[in-house]
Formats: sequence, structure tokens, C-alpha cells
Amino acid sequence: MTIDIRNAPAGSAAPGSPTTGAGEPRAARRTTQRALTWAQVRSALPGALRKLDPRVLYTSPVMFVVEVGAVVTTVLAVVEPGVFAGWIAVWLWATVFFATLAESVAESRGKAQASTLRATQRQTTARRVVGAKDMPAAGSRMDLPTVEVPSSTLRVGDVVVVAAGETLPGDGDVIEGVASVDESAVTGESAPVIRESGGDRSAVTGGTVVLSDRIVVRITAPAGSTFVDRMIALVEGSERQRTPNEVALNILLTSLTIVFLLAVATLQPFAVYSGSRQSLLVLVALLVCLIPTTIGALLSAIGIAGMDRLVQRNVLAMSGRAVEAAGDVDVLLLDKTGTITYGNRRATEVLPVAGTTSRELAVAARLASLADETPEGRSIVDLVDAHHPSVECGVFVGSEPADPTNTQHSTGGVGLPDGAELVVFSAVTRMSGVDLPASATGGVRRIRKGAGSAVELWVRGTGAQVSAADGGQLAALVDAVAGEGGTPLVVAEQVGEAPARVLGVVRLKDVVKEGMRERFDQLRAMGIRSVMVTGDNQVTARAIAAEAGVDDVLAEATPEDKLDLIRREQEGGRLVAMAGDGTNDAPALAQSDVGVAMNTGTSAAKEAGNMVDLDSDPTKLIEIVEIGKQLLITRGALTTFSVANDIAKYFAILPAMFIPVFPQLDVLNVMRLASPGSAILSAVIFNALIILALIPLSLRGVRYRPASASALLRRNLLIYGLGGLVAPFLGIKLIDLLVSLLPGL
Amino acid sequence: MIGVLTAVLSPVVAAVAQILVLLVLLAAVHLPLGAYLARTYTSPNHLRVERLWYRAVRVDPDAEQRWTTYLMSLLGFSLVSVLFLYGLERLQAHLPWNLGLTGFDPAGAWNSAVSFTTNTNWQWYSGEAAAGHLLQMAGFAVQNFVSASVGMAVAIALVRGFARSGTDARIGNFWSDLTRGVVRVLLPLAAVAAVVLMASGVIQNLDPHTALRTVEGASQHVLGGPVASQEAIKDLGTNGGGFFNANSAHPLENPTPFTNLVEIFLLLLIPFSLPRTFGLMVGDRRQGWAILGVMAGLWAASLALTTWAEMAGPGAAPQAAGAAMEGKETRFGLAASALFAVSTTATSTGSVNSMHDSFTAPGGGMLLFNMLLGEVAPGGVGAGLYGMLVLAVVAVFVAGLMVGRTPEYLGKKIGRPEMTVVALYVLTVPALVLVGTAVSVVVEPGLAGVQDPGPHGLSEVLYAFASAANNNGSAFAGLTSGTPFYEVAQGLAMLAGRFIPIALVLALAGRLASQTTVPATSGTLPTHRPLFAGLLAAVTIVVVGLTFIPVLSLGPVVESLS
Repeated sequence: MTIDIRNAPAGSAAPGSPTTGAGEPRAARRTTQRALTWAQVRSALPGALRKLDPRVLYTSPVMFVVEVGAVVTTVLAVVEPGVFAGWIAVWLWATVFFATLAESVAESRGKAQASTLRATQRQTTARRVVGAKDMPAAGSRMDLPTVEVPSSTLRVGDVVVVAAGETLPGDGDVIEGVASVDESAVTGESAPVIRESGGDRSAVTGGTVVLSDRIVVRITAPAGSTFVDRMIALVEGSERQRTPNEVALNILLTSLTIVFLLAVATLQPFAVYSGSRQSLLVLVALLVCLIPTTIGALLSAIGIAGMDRLVQRNVLAMSGRAVEAAGDVDVLLLDKTGTITYGNRRATEVLPVAGTTSRELAVAARLASLADETPEGRSIVDLVDAHHPSVECGVFVGSEPADPTNTQHSTGGVGLPDGAELVVFSAVTRMSGVDLPASATGGVRRIRKGAGSAVELWVRGTGAQVSAADGGQLAALVDAVAGEGGTPLVVAEQVGEAPARVLGVVRLKDVVKEGMRERFDQLRAMGIRSVMVTGDNQVTARAIAAEAGVDDVLAEATPEDKLDLIRREQEGGRLVAMAGDGTNDAPALAQSDVGVAMNTGTSAAKEAGNMVDLDSDPTKLIEIVEIGKQLLITRGALTTFSVANDIAKYFAILPAMFIPVFPQLDVLNVMRLASPGSAILSAVIFNALIILALIPLSLRGVRYRPASASALLRRNLLIYGLGGLVAPFLGIKLIDLLVSLLPGL
Repeated sequence: MIGVLTAVLSPVVAAVAQILVLLVLLAAVHLPLGAYLARTYTSPNHLRVERLWYRAVRVDPDAEQRWTTYLMSLLGFSLVSVLFLYGLERLQAHLPWNLGLTGFDPAGAWNSAVSFTTNTNWQWYSGEAAAGHLLQMAGFAVQNFVSASVGMAVAIALVRGFARSGTDARIGNFWSDLTRGVVRVLLPLAAVAAVVLMASGVIQNLDPHTALRTVEGASQHVLGGPVASQEAIKDLGTNGGGFFNANSAHPLENPTPFTNLVEIFLLLLIPFSLPRTFGLMVGDRRQGWAILGVMAGLWAASLALTTWAEMAGPGAAPQAAGAAMEGKETRFGLAASALFAVSTTATSTGSVNSMHDSFTAPGGGMLLFNMLLGEVAPGGVGAGLYGMLVLAVVAVFVAGLMVGRTPEYLGKKIGRPEMTVVALYVLTVPALVLVGTAVSVVVEPGLAGVQDPGPHGLSEVLYAFASAANNNGSAFAGLTSGTPFYEVAQGLAMLAGRFIPIALVLALAGRLASQTTVPATSGTLPTHRPLFAGLLAAVTIVVVGLTFIPVLSLGPVVESLS
């Protein structure tokens, strides 16, 4: 059984951006995990036995009561040996043991990962810069004198120099230099990543290795509480604190335990009154069967496994509270760039004006872009090559065929002719383009592309009269492209000294990642509103939002706007989740209820968020929400199951207790259990075995499909409510068939 | 008219017709009354008479109270009520209008003082033989009004908790709520009801009870008293303390099938209207419908089972007699007795028009179960609504988890503090009932009061404590409860069963009022749909069922299977 609740693959990250470390879920960490293997159980056994210590167990009142019951029955079985008493004692111990086993197995999964991480924590030597604090802001720190100190003595604010081949001695920010770093020890991603000072890729993690160059790093976390330290504590579950909902559920379970304690304790007086005093053994058995042992036994395993599922997805939650809050998220803030769209504007279409063929325009646009190494420029070449293959044959409309040997710039395409002069983009002209040498048919051919107003100005400057009709048509094209969320790039050419003419418009567009609409539909089904945050203007932002299927959009957003939006939503009682990486995201990350920082981001962002995504994939927010929900659903489902079980147990045990004095109660023995002894023992055995049977479910989590609350409730009530009602009738009957064969019962 | 119908129609048709008439009346009245109640408790204006009263007792009715202050006011008021009533009872011999009756003994006075203050109205004494007109009117009748108004005030405070957002736990003003409940709701309704009852033959005078010698020479007691006025509030305020010992079985309290139906209508009237008030005050009428649906569904199911049990009459004695008429009035018959009995135990009334002790085993078991449910279907005035809302929080907690969100009800998150309060609430009354019953069936003074040995005796004691702790007040007559043991034990059960839950409910109200309301999304568990209503009904039955199945199986269940 593999663990994979993901219904749709996360949108893959932008192509051509290997430095982000984003992308495919890596197989290294996500090894095919079986829900429960023998090896896991074996390795969990010692831990399970240790957890039987009442000083540990008392935190779970339900299981503590069972343990007390087990002790009592054991004493009774020793004082007055008997087959029945012996079996009851054995199975009560089994009940407690299965509970501790569940927890121990859940913890063991993190242990292996922790030991891998520990390997990165070897003591290293750091080269601490002497007097770095007195250093003026300008000037290089690279050449300052350094002293070698053990990494464990580094303090926050210390500055170290790390060169190629050295291990980073601690968490910090690069304050000078650029280097490629192997972070596979932490993220599992083998491709090296670039870390550089300034900007949003300055954070380095202790234990990772610098592969090239030298960097100066300012330490941001004291030794012993670095990211890796926290990661180890987290995956081991050693610092696990109960989450608010877990505490609330524990209160409900405790009160149910007290209710049943009362019901069973007062049953003895009633039994005495009715002339059928019950043995303590039977009362203890009844009590253990009634109290919600199933959920009580599995509650902490569910919590640990929930955190573990996040770790499987390379997300580190700094608190369990955040995981729970993720299930409650009402609003999801997603950055447009890199999350919803690929992040680079790409050419998607050429739109010629009247009197120009689309091929003519395509050729001109391609020529103007061949030497343009910006992503936009490359995308124009790609588009033309893909959609106007005839251009590759070198058919240059209105011009000489180019020399086919000059195909240096684009594979498969036709390159620029000799003597072509590149016109680079300048802030003054706001255009770029190319000047082709004069040919037989005409003079120098100048092609320009740029923003509509800039190109129009150039065209007019050449003496051309942009006619009202042409101008109107161009304006219409430009507006149409902008209105759909694209960026219009106007292309014009001038041959010789003749007036220039506008050829048409290339549509540049943010391309929405595949599958985003489906993901947002799922979110909507879960009752979560998605908000796209972008620096684009309103029109463009709305158009992309509509295309991606986002519910709302925050356009022309500054970091303050983002923070305000989060505050506004929270004032309305809504929980907000967001992903961010930059330093200016830090306030918003801190303010949001679930803030997922990208591992590639700055230390400030990682400190501010309450989760860190090692894959730096912002769409993972959606999975985090699902895991949070799954965690809560699993608790609710098993609670319902546990309580529903009690009805069958009453039918098994009560007639067994009182048939001797009230024979008419035999009609309540609907399961027709063999004897009073076998009935009680069967109920106890069922009660223990059901815990064992549900361990895999508690580790895996209840299956979750995004759906409306009503649909989820109906489904889970049917499975775990009705199932919980019926299952024990069958289970107890089956066990009774076997138990009744026991000799001496 | 109903008498005629009952005589003409077959018993089954008559039973159904009577229930239908009742349902139509309730359905018609609960909407305007629910709206009127909502207006009563939300209006910023005070009546002139109310202003006079506030000035006299020196309270500021506009000062919003935090839940702790609200609770302290309520407890203070109730303490004064208990002391005042205790004084009246003890000093009766020295006060006017005592009809020559003596004062109560200390244990009995304690029991009755607590009983009437807690809206239980358990009566260990016989009204006509122990209470004079002054005690009836200045003592018991006053408590009938104010204890009912206290219940409504607590319910309204809880509803405010749900309706408000982000206050510093302020949930209204106790004195204003108490006064308005009496002045604007209970007094006018009771006055109309009293007139209707008087017109239908219920007596209303200040005559003493007189002994006459009949023509045949036999002696007969002719009883007098302000019965109609007391009868009206007895039922309207789900109090239940009868003017006479026979309560609503007495021909001077409940002379005809018509008055019988009026009384049933009165005791269901406010409890079934409050869900509407709730819906209006939280700004979502559908929420009110859901609560009403659960209450009505449970009540109807209980009624169907009890009526079936009584009319089918299983058991040796009813079979031998031809019908389960023992302990029932012939002028009402089986169906009307079952209807009254179910309604009085499903509310916290406890008035009776028949002897519940003599019901068939399953029928009597149902009446017991109605009370064990916590009297939430529809429950006492106010107490029914807040009891049901607390159960709704439990249901929301489990169901909320199953939809993958931190549970929330009406936009309020149900976290650790809320669950703590709710868990204690759910524990309190069952603990009182179980411990009280368990102690009583093993100690000598407890066993001494048990008339019937065996399972029925257990049912009697269980019934007594279920009635006391849930503030019902009805009794299985077989138990002699007029002993110091039961008077003190039940007094404690009544007191704890009333004020511990109230304190917890007000704490919950304060906690909720200070929370910010979370807006609903499609991921929020809808709490107005039939699915949730069904779940709430199931939670109500299962929580109670699982707690009491052991003891019920040794009492009513064994009896029924005999």
C-alpha cells in the first residue's frame, strides 16, 4: 500500500530555473512506504514496551485506565487463577500494548530520517572572520583575517568564510559572493543550487556543502538550534506537543471515560440490589470495552503520522498547530509568478495588421529576436519556429534570403545574416531590434519591437503617417491583447529611408501552468478561496486570474498590500495561508496562519513562516491543506467508530452479566454468543484487535477527496458511523466462535 | 368537544386527532411567539413598569454583564429565592391565609424551597394538606414565574453568545432578562391561559378547603383556592407543581379533555417556540428549524412508543384488566394520558394527569428515558434549548472533525475551553442520577422508601433521581420520598442539577461571545441540514443511551421483557 493522497500532480516549476531547486518530488525521500511492515513493527517493539510505563501513559487517560484495569485483572488472575481471568488479563495488556505499539511505529518512521540528518551534523571547523562587525559596509570581507573555530562555538552575528569543498558550519545568510551549494543532505535534491548575497536566494543551511567559489556568511542561528536541529527534533517527534484540537478531543474522550467509569461503578450497586453481584473482573472488562479505547489508543499515532506525511512531501512544519490550522484555511494567497504561471512571459501568437501577412510579421519578429537573449525574445523565436515552420527555410519576405551558414543563434532556425547590427533595449527608446545590411532589393532594413507607444513614436519619426485606420486597428489589437492579460509587443520595420510601417503585434503572455484550474476547483469544493497576488496591473491580473480560475486577485500588490489583505481577512475571522520566499514576504508570512516559506528563500522568510517547503514549490500549499484536513478527519472518523462500537459491546456483555438472575435478558443476546464467559472475552478481544487492525489506517490517514462538507460528512458517517455500529457485531460473533473452543472457559 | 369526539371516534383515531390538533396549534403559534420572544430579549426599550421595578431594586438594566457577573446575579437571586421560600414554609403557621396548616419541617422545607427555585417542583407533600393560600401564591406561584424566567434568561444568554462576535464575554443583563421574561412573556400568557382554564371549569377562588356532610351522611372535602392562575403558570413555565396532590389528574385542576389539551399545549408552547427565537437571534432561521426538528422528532418518537405501549397494554396486569387503565383518569383515557405524560417528561414540567408508576413497563421506561435525555425534546423553558445547544456542540465537534476542519458551530470554533465546559455539562446530570440512585439502592434509608422490590423498585429510585437532577418533578408514586434521606438527597440533586449546568452554559456563552465569528464557506459543516439534525438526534440518544443502558437494562428493560 503506497501512501499518496495527492489527486493531481503539483504544477511543475518553471522550466529553465534549476537554481530554485523546485520541481519533481524526489524519490530519495519518498521511498515507497508500506503502511506497516514487519521490520517497522520489530524496530518499534522496544519503544512500545517503554511506553507502557504509567508515568508516560498517564497523558492518555483512556489508555491509562486500561492499564490500571490490566493490572487489576492480573492481580485477580494471580490471586484466583482461572482460564477466564487469565485470558482477560492477557487481552487487556494486549490492548494497552497495541496502543503504545501504534505510537512507537508512527515515531519509528521519523527515526531513520533523523539519523540521516544527524550525519550532517558532524563537528566542522569554521573560519570566522575577525573584526567583521567593525567592517564598513563597503569593501570586501573575503580578505579579512580569519581564525579557525569549532562550528559549535559560533554565535548569531558571527561572519564566516566558506570556500569550495567546505561544509557550511551553520545556518546563515550569504552577505558576499556567490557559490553553488549541494543541499542534498537536507532537501534530498542532488542538483546543486546557487546561493548569492542580496536578493531572495541568500539563505544557506548548516551541513550543506559549498561546491564552487567562496562566500561570506553571517550566522543567523546559534549552534544547537539550526534548521537541521529543528528538523531532527521534528521528524523524531521528540518535541511533539499536543495540538489544540487533539487536546480538545482528549477532553471529550476523558469525559466519556468518566461517564463510563460512573456507569460501570454504579452498576455494582444496581447489581447487588438486583441480587447478582458482579465480579471485579467482569466490571473491569466491561469498562475497558466501553471507554473509547480505539481512538484513545491511536490518537497520538494519528498526530505523529500526520506530521510524517508532511515530511514525506518535504515540508517541515515547525508546529503541529500549523498543520491543524492548514485544515481550516479559508483563504489561500498565491503569488502569480512561479506559482500560477511559469513566471516568464512567453510569446503565444502573432497578430498582423491589415496589409501584412502573419508570416511576414513572424519573420520580422523572429529576426528582431534572434539576438535577444531575454526569455521573451527566446520565446518569440520558439513560437515562430514551432508555428511557422516555413520560416526555417529561409524565406524572407521582401528581402534577400539569408546566408544559411549563419545559423548560430537558434537550433533549427535560420540565423541572422552577416553584418546584422543588434539594437539593444534602452530605457530611452524602450525598443530593441536589429538592423540588417542593405541588400539588392532595398536599403538597410531596420526592424524594431517594443511597447506600442514607443514603436509608434519611432514610426512617426521616420516620416510615416500612421493613418487613422491603421492606428485604430493597431490600437484595437493592442487593447485586445492587454485585455486578455497579455503584453502586446508591436513590431515595425523600415526599409531604406522609406517611412517605417507597423507590421503587427506579438502577444506576450504569462502562461498559466497546466492543471491549475482543476486545483482551484478542488480548493473551491473544499471551501477555500484562492487569491492571486501579483504586481501586474488590474486588467492583466484579472485576465490571468480568470484563465487560471482563481477566485480573487490582488493586483499591483506591494508587500504592505499583502499584509493588509491578510489582516483584513483575519479580522473577518478567516484563516489565511500563503507561500513566500523573499525578505519582504516575511511580515506577511508571520501574519498568516499558515505561512509556508520556500527553502530557497531568505532566512528571514524561513524564520517568519511556520512551515518550510524543501522543494520550494508554492503549489504544495494545496497538499498541506489536504494533509491538515485528513488529520482531522481521521480523528473524527475513529472517534465515531469507537463510540459506535459500544452498542454491540453492550449487547454482548450485559446479557452475559445478568442472564443468571434475569433469564429474560437472553433475547438481548442477539449475537447468540456461546456462554457468558466467551461473550465477555470476545468483546475484550475484539476491542484489542480492532486497535491493531486500525493502526495502518491511523498511519495512512482516512482517504480524503476534496468535496463539500456535507458530502464528506455523509460519506464518513456511513463508513465509520454505520460501519462502527455493524462491524463489532460480526467481529465479536466470529471471535466468539473461536473463543468458545477454548478449553476451560 | 374533544370529549364528544373521543367518545364517538375509535380510540386510535381520537388519539391521532388529538395529537394533530395539538401540532397544528403549536405550529401556528410558535412562529409569532418565537419572534415575539426574540424581540423581547433584544429590544433596547423598557416598559414603564419595568423601569419602576429596576429603580426599586436599584439595578441598571442597560449594563451589559460579563458571564461571571451574569452568573453571580443569577445565583444571588436564586439564593434569595430559596431563603425566602424556606422562610415562608417554615413560618406558615404564623402567617395569614394558612388555612390552619402548620409549617414545614426543616428537611421538607429545604426540599420544597430548592424544588420550586430550580423549576423542578418536586412535591414530597400533598398540596391541599400542606400548603395554604399564602404559601401557594406568594411562594410557589412566584417561583413558578421567576424560575421559568431564569431558565429562559440562561438560554437567551447562550444564544447571545452565538450571535455576538468579539465582545469581552458580555452576554446581556440578568435583571433585564429576568424581568422581561416575567413581565412581557409569562404574565400575559399565563393570564390568558388562566382565563381559558377558568372558563372551562378550573376553579379560581380564595375559599378554604371545607368539609361537608353529604345527603347520604358521608363526609366530603370541598377544596378551594386560586387554582386556575396557578395551573396556567404551572404548565406554561414547565414547573409542574400541582395545587393539589393529584396534580393535573385532579378534576379541579384539569376537569375535561379540553383543559387537558390546553395544559399540554401550554407546557409545550414556550419550549417549542424558543428554537425560532434562537434562529432569529443568530440571524439564520434555518438553524432554528434544525433544532426544532430534532426536538420535535424525539418528542414524536417517544410519544409514538409510549402511546403504543399504553394502548397495546403489554404485561400481565393490563392483559388481565383488558387495558392499561390503572392509574389513569377515565375522562382522559389512554392516549391523552400518554400524550400528557410524554410531554411533561420531555419538558421539565413534571405535572401529571396520570400515575406514571402505573404505566406499562415500556411506557414508563420511555417516560424515564425522556428525562434521562436531559429534557431536551423540547425540554423546560430555556433549559431545553440550552441543553440541546450544548449537545449540538458535541455533535458539531465529532461531525466537524469528519469534514476536516476544526469544529465550528454558527461560526464559533469549538476548541479546548469550549469542549471542557461542554464535557463537564454532559457529565454533571448523569453523574448525579447514577450516584444518587446507586447510593439509594444500597443504603438502608434509601431502600426503606422503595415500595416494590425487584426491577420496578430500581426504576422508581432511578426515576426519582432522574426527575430531581433534570429538574422535572414528576414521580413514580411507588417511592416514598417524604423521608429526610430523600428530601435532602433530592434537594442536593435538584440544586446541583440546575445550577452547575447553568454555570457551565453561561461560561460557554461568555466564551463564545468573546470569539470572533468565522464566516461560513462550502467547507464549513452545514448545521441546518437534515443530515446534521439526524446526527444531533443520534448523539442525544447515544450519549444518554450508553450512559444509562446498564441501569435501564436492570430496571425497565427487564420489566418489559418479563
